[in-house]
Amino acid sequence: MPINEANQEIKKEWKPKIVAFCCNWCSYAGADLAGSSRLVYPADVKIIRVPCSCRVNPMFILRAFEKGADGVILCGCHPGDCHYSTGNYYTRRRMTLLFSMLDYIGVEKGRTRVEWVSAAEGVKFSTVMNNFVSKIYELGENVKVGDLRCKE
Amino acid sequence: MQRVSAKVLSRVRELMADGTVTKVVGWKKGEFFYDCTPFVFETVESLDELVYDSFCAANLSKYMIKNSVIPEGQTGKVLVLLKPCDTYSFNQLLTEHRIVRENVYILGVGCEGMADIERVKAQGIKGITGASEKDGILTVETVYGNKEVAVKDVLVNKCETCKGKAHVIYDELISENEDEGAAGDRFEGVRALEAMTSEERFAFWKAELSKCIRCNACRNACPACSCRKCVFDNNASGIASKANTDSFEEKMFHIIRAFHVAGRCTDCGECTRVCPQGIPLHLFNRKYIKDINEFYGDYSAGETAGQRGPLINFTKDDVEPQIVSDREGN
Repeated sequence: MPINEANQEIKKEWKPKIVAFCCNWCSYAGADLAGSSRLVYPADVKIIRVPCSCRVNPMFILRAFEKGADGVILCGCHPGDCHYSTGNYYTRRRMTLLFSMLDYIGVEKGRTRVEWVSAAEGVKFSTVMNNFVSKIYELGENVKVGDLRCKE
Repeated sequence: MQRVSAKVLSRVRELMADGTVTKVVGWKKGEFFYDCTPFVFETVESLDELVYDSFCAANLSKYMIKNSVIPEGQTGKVLVLLKPCDTYSFNQLLTEHRIVRENVYILGVGCEGMADIERVKAQGIKGITGASEKDGILTVETVYGNKEVAVKDVLVNKCETCKGKAHVIYDELISENEDEGAAGDRFEGVRALEAMTSEERFAFWKAELSKCIRCNACRNACPACSCRKCVFDNNASGIASKANTDSFEEKMFHIIRAFHVAGRCTDCGECTRVCPQGIPLHLFNRKYIKDINEFYGDYSAGETAGQRGPLINFTKDDVEPQIVSDREGN
């Protein structure tokens, strides 16, 4: 098979890489509940468990994009319900600014999202993930953030 | 500028001679007259080399972290010359408990806007040997005779949008300027970028950031980048910067640095001024400032000492990150 055709073949099968940071106390348990309730969400989502949404250093998200992620979603307890009282309030400010900056350097704003999912919201977890993944399919492949400092 | 300059130089000499201060942090001429470099003067005689003219753009606040600590057995204060915009950085460092205020004597100096020698040269002026400013006109001495150019046409990037002529902190003031408030729209460049499509923005930043040679000048000149141990360094390794060997940090250097100073950046513009490659780094910082103003209310880092920065604070009804997608435009 000629290389060009082979490349197109691969493109057709493009699957997004999506990273989901889930807080241990709410969203990760929510994902668990979604699983035990046999709710379906796409396998493109790779969950990373963090002790609190506030643990997510903006560098984690940058690194995910640099390594080729097509979307990053961050899930935490609802504001006011943080296991550590105030963690997610800080997350909310940080992520608002970071997402705006990512959009500013050319990573479309649909590729980043914060959702508050409690341990009881298995259904919400699955709907959120389904929505997010279909949004990423819509946007297609991400820019190569890792090439930000390489001139063509 | 000449009048202020003469007053400043004689006042500094006076303060040092009568023992009010034992050290002076100011500017000294470098190899060329336009290379005004930060310098610590320790004797009255050395003050002969002190200058204050249209090329003293460097912000001296950061040097006070080290110089405001008086070694044991020594007494006296350290004098620092601060222009209006530099005082914001000084206040921000006070907020962060990096400067010992009691040991510092701030001599606020008036400023008419600083000139950029590259822009003077870009006006077609060659063979430059000297320059002096009077009433907004820069008289450039060249080997072909004197040429005149308006200072406002050759301003350094940071002075194009002036913060205002008022000092926010000082012990003594030598200034002839009326404060007319901020001049120019400093978010113009940010808005122009926001109006582009995301592909255009990515292409813009890729072209700009690819110029970076990782000299670390932006970090070293930045008053907000004053951590004792920087994430980009690994002093124990024996080499100055570890980031060069970590491809992630190497690629994301400017984005990470901009986030580290978000909410603390006073928009002093030193990063862009010192960049040897001419990367408009202030566009990152101004984007954060613009967003912070928009989302959390107007905030100017360093306006008063002791403010709680927007990223170490929150309110229960803050906007959700979704606002970035929902907001009007782009």
